[in-house]
Formats: sequence, structure tokens, C-alpha cells
Amino acid sequence: MLITCPYCGPRDSSEFSYQGDANRTRPDRLSTDTAAWNAYVYDRVNTAGEHREFWQHTGGCRAHLVVVRNTLTHRISSVAFARNAGQSGAVEETGP
Amino acid sequence: MAEYSALAILKNALTGNRDWKPAWRKPDPKPSYDVIIVGGGGHGLSTAYYLAKEHGITNVAVLEKGYLGSGNVGRNTTIVRSNYLLPENIRFYEHSLKLWENLSHDLNYNVMFSQRGILNLAHTPAQLDEYARRGNAMIHEGADAVLLTPKEIARLYPGIDISPNARFPIVGGLLQPRAGTARHDAVAWGYARAADRRGVDLIENCEVTGFIKEGERVVGVRTTRGEIRARKVAVAVAGSTGRVMKLAGVERLPIESHVLQAFVSESLKPILPGVVTWGAGHLYVSQSDKGGLVFGGALDFYNSYAQRGNLPVVEEVMSELVAMFPGLAKVRLLRSWGGIMDMSMDGSPVITTGPLPGMYLNCGWCYGGFKATPASGWCFAWTIARNAPHDLNAAFTLDRFHRGILIDEKGQGATPKLH
Repeated sequence: MLITCPYCGPRDSSEFSYQGDANRTRPDRLSTDTAAWNAYVYDRVNTAGEHREFWQHTGGCRAHLVVVRNTLTHRISSVAFARNAGQSGAVEETGP
Repeated sequence: MAEYSALAILKNALTGNRDWKPAWRKPDPKPSYDVIIVGGGGHGLSTAYYLAKEHGITNVAVLEKGYLGSGNVGRNTTIVRSNYLLPENIRFYEHSLKLWENLSHDLNYNVMFSQRGILNLAHTPAQLDEYARRGNAMIHEGADAVLLTPKEIARLYPGIDISPNARFPIVGGLLQPRAGTARHDAVAWGYARAADRRGVDLIENCEVTGFIKEGERVVGVRTTRGEIRARKVAVAVAGSTGRVMKLAGVERLPIESHVLQAFVSESLKPILPGVVTWGAGHLYVSQSDKGGLVFGGALDFYNSYAQRGNLPVVEEVMSELVAMFPGLAKVRLLRSWGGIMDMSMDGSPVITTGPLPGMYLNCGWCYGGFKATPASGWCFAWTIARNAPHDLNAAFTLDRFHRGILIDEKGQGATPKLH
């Protein structure tokens, strides 16, 4: 499985660390809504198909990335920087 | 259908083996049942068997999208053990081990359960302390455990590298003598035949495509072989839990599906008397009766529903095996494959009523589903029959995550890939 890092180009997946499901939205850090925090920590959509997920290029530039990968085929359709992703009002950037 | 016995083998041998009957019927689905079990793997089949045997509920259908036992029950590394630390887990898995010990007689089917022992190797004094603690917890709950020195380990496993200058020196190990292996296909077939003999309908090539609801209540399923109604619908589909539960409108669960690879080497003369696990990484290996080394390691570490993995994990697993047994470096790999694990948020399973009225859920088996097969079915059958869990699975609820009463054996937190 190759992941195309926006900085480093196509690299073997073993250079990257999987950081988990990116479909979750972290509640505001001052939120005291226990149900929302529990849902964020424990509940997953567990998609069979196109899955948004975090990877970090730990063996390279160390950038945090949002990868869209098909969990049925392992085919990757997009890789973007993860700045602010997973928080409400997040904007994903595609270039360095 | 006739009992299997030595006499039956002799009689059929004398008559040219012409009179053997298929081990189970191939019925068409009836319009309705008392209980429908979605998933014809080990857990679904054992649930059907114990529903009939323990609770007298025989108007039951097991629906399987492929053929019986085509999923994880035939993809695991066949290890059976109860060497857990937390009381909820030891009690449950020890109950399972006791059912394993009598399973071939109970099912009238030889599942080839072989109590050859499992040995967990320790590579640091801290790890050995942890094993001593786990061994004491096991003994306390009625399981068996023995702490071994490197010399005792070398006597059991002559090929093992116990030299002090090994990269990860072996300082001791925890042995559970009553653990072992079983022939996994025979477990699926044995439960299938035994359930069929008690009147359960096993319906293959029957994929569930939706759930029939009256209000919130689940009252049946839509399948590729038509609609089937039931008073109770139970789901035991392991790695497919996310997909199947979405059909019922349950969008989120404390489960992630991950791919786990397993491997078999070419046939060798007997060299491994039992199951060994390597403590400096993640590796478990045993030798099948055919002589192949059966082994596996960690997950691929990313969400997956594809029943195949990638090469970095293959390399990692091979390097761990060779670190443990340097003499196996030239053994050739015969096959590798992947299975989809339903990884839960605390590493422990779910056997519960709900989450919708009329529904029952069995999932979250992580790596450990095979050894749980008897107790999982036994407890799930109890839960379905009585609409309430048995003491043994009372802690394995779905809402324990939101209520903060997790059963986190390894203390890894809500990171399913690490359990």
C-alpha cells in the first residue's frame, strides 16, 4: 500500500502511523456534554467503503494527514494535510 | 441421523462407505421462526446448538450469506486458552475451556481438541512479574497456570533461543497446560450437525439485506431468499457487525473492523509440542497435526473489510518467528490469508440484548473469538432465551463504554488496533 504524502510523494505505508477514524468530531474543549465526549471517544461509523482516516508520516516529514481510503479494497483516493481536521469548522489544505 | 462411532466406521467400511448421509439438511427458509440467528460462523452455530440443547428452543434458523464456516471460524490460528487477567474475562474463558474439554463428546463430532498447553514467553523481569500476577489471578479463578524458568522452557521447546545474548533474552514464561488447539473447521461442522439434529434450520447462501421493523421493534429480516419473520433476531457476524447493524439503522457502535493475517508453513516433522507466544513483539505459533506451523502476529493496524493484508506485517511476523526459533529461518511459507476482526474499544466482547427491541447482539471478539466459540454461544443462547444475560456475560454490555465500566485487559484505552 502506497500513500502519496503531499510533501514527500508516494511512500510505502510502513513509513506512516495509522491514527484512526477521521469521521469523528471532537467536542469543543470547554464542552461538559458527557454524551458528546463519550460518542467522540468510543463510537465509530466503521465504514465499509470510502473511509476518512488520520495517518502521520512518522518515518518522513511527520506531517499529519487525512487519507480517504476504501476499506474494502485498500485503494486510496485522496491525501490532504490534517490541519484543523476533525474539529468543527475545519478547513482542509491540499498543498504545502 | 446416525451417531458417529467406531462401530459406525467399521460397519460403513464393510459396506463400501456408501451409506454415509450428509451431516446436515439443506432446508428452504420457513416464513417465520422463534429465533433467527444472522451469521453461520462458529458463534452463530454454537448459539443455535445451545438454544436447542439448553433451552429447548428448536424453531430456529441460522442464516449464512456464504457457506457455513466460511468466515473467521476457518481463518483463525485455532488456539484455545483462558489465560486472562481480569475476573470477568477469566471466568468467561474458563467456562469456555471447560466446554471445550467435553465438546467432542457433547457434539458427537471429533473437534480434535488437543490440550498441548500455551506458553507466553517473558523477556524482561517486569514482564515476568506481570505474568506471575496473571498466573495467580488465573489460579484464583479456577484456571491453571505454571511459571517456568528458561531451562524448563528449553526442555519443552528444544529449538528455542534462550541464550542470554539473544536480542530479546528469554527470562521465563507462563504456561497454561490445559490450553491447546482444536481443528477449527470441525468445530463449525460439529456445531452445525449437532444443531441440525435438534431441528435447527441451517440456511446457507442467504444474505441478510435488511431488517423488518414494526416501529422500533425488529420483527424479521429481508434476505436474498425472501422475507423471514421471527420473534427474536440475533446478530453474530464478527467483522461484518458494522455493515449488518447499519441495515438495522444502528449507525455507530464501539467497534472497528481490522484485518488480521495468519500463516501456514510447509509440513515439518513434529518440532513444537504446544503453542508458544513471543513476548517481545506479537507472535503466536503452534504446529498442526499435518505438520505445518500455524502462526500469526499483530493486526495490519488500519481499518479494513478486505480479507487480505499487506506485506510489512508479513515481514514483521516472519522476523519475530525467526528471532524466537533461529532454526526456522529456511522453512518455506505455504499460505497466508486475512480475516476481519471486530475490534472493540476495550478489547472485550459484547453479548447483550438490544440495541433495538427484538434484537440481540454478539460482537467485539477482537483476536479472541475462536476460543470463545462454546461459551459465546452458551451465553448468547441464555441471553436470547431469557431476555437477560447470564452472570458470565452480564459485564459484556454495549453501554459499558458510555457508563465508564470498561473491561480493558491490556489497559490500552479506546484504541481498537492495540487490543
